[in-house]
Amino acid sequence: MIRAAVLGAAGYIGGELLRLLINHPQVDVVAATSRTLQGRQIDGVHPNLRHRTKLTFSSEERLPRCEVLFLATPHRETMRRMPEFLTKSGVVIDLSGDFRLHDTEVYEEYYGTPHEAPDLIPTFTQGLPEHHRAALRTADRISVPGCMATAGILSLSPLAAAGLITGDVTVDARTGSSGSGAKAGAENLHAERSGALRVFAPTKHRHEAEIAQATGHTVRMSATGVEAVRGVQLLSRATLADGVDERAIRSAYRTRYADEPFVRIVAARRGLHRFPDAKILSGSNFCDIGFALDRGASTVTVIAALDNLVKGGAGNAVQCMNVRFGEPEERGLEFTGLHPN
Amino acid sequence: MQETLIAPECPECDAAVPLGTDARVSEIVECPECRLELEIESVQPPRLLLAPEVEEDWGE
Repeated sequence: MIRAAVLGAAGYIGGELLRLLINHPQVDVVAATSRTLQGRQIDGVHPNLRHRTKLTFSSEERLPRCEVLFLATPHRETMRRMPEFLTKSGVVIDLSGDFRLHDTEVYEEYYGTPHEAPDLIPTFTQGLPEHHRAALRTADRISVPGCMATAGILSLSPLAAAGLITGDVTVDARTGSSGSGAKAGAENLHAERSGALRVFAPTKHRHEAEIAQATGHTVRMSATGVEAVRGVQLLSRATLADGVDERAIRSAYRTRYADEPFVRIVAARRGLHRFPDAKILSGSNFCDIGFALDRGASTVTVIAALDNLVKGGAGNAVQCMNVRFGEPEERGLEFTGLHPN
Repeated sequence: MQETLIAPECPECDAAVPLGTDARVSEIVECPECRLELEIESVQPPRLLLAPEVEEDWGE
């Protein structure tokens, strides 16, 4: 059994990690920490885990030695305390934004603060098995990409790598409210959120830097909060390179993702569900990717969807753990989503 | 499960379209990728065509 612990387990990502790890047949969850809820039952905050665990929240100071430590801690604090976290476990999987960007100047530009542990950045492997599977098999420090970044990287990188698109990429992202975290704020009041299409980042969303880093293209990204609780959907537009047609785009995706268990190409010509929709992906670890060319075939619109808490966070982290510990990659992540829901 | 004999390419998206051992000319199958309806034009050699759209016949 893999002894696992979750730091920052009271939040939505922490709760999703616990859901997946508690149900994982090869994992023993030895600790789930919270600063404010020490001693309380975990299912008081995460009621979906009732009768599935007797764990209580513990303090970080009493963290037992474990084989894998998941960090669902806030950015800034995570980089500040990373040297301490690294002594607690052989493998650390970080879900904060602090070790995703390689360039400290870019980090400061997007996070508004200088990086406090720049020497540690190159020691982290990006936690995206579809791109870094070989490195993840031996990686002891793993940084999981942001939810919208994961959708953007998975959907755009095959086209970028094959030279099928050129120039800047425009990304329009929509996200559910769980992406804002479990802390109350005026923006998450029901009266403010319900029915809203709130453009909270008209330009320069943080995840645009991650997509740019992975694809090599300049990315211009906006993000809108929508009515959903879970789910992310990205519509990206790019200019096609000379001579690129629909067959080339489809072939690039087919070749790149033919053997990937959690990436599906969804670009049907018929039917109700022709393109990726986050609604049917709730609770699943899939990222669905679709595309369409405009009439003159000069630009491509790429559609990507995932559950922000699963493939966009906790599920992707568990997938990384499976790769690192030699488990079958789909173990504990088999849930297919619900329809209708 | 029906045994797959051959898997000709979809004329629209190039995906492999599995045909059972009992496939017959003129049957309609669905491409597993782009989901278009395809007509089996020939079994040996295997060949698929885009199926014709349903048309109004005005009762004739």
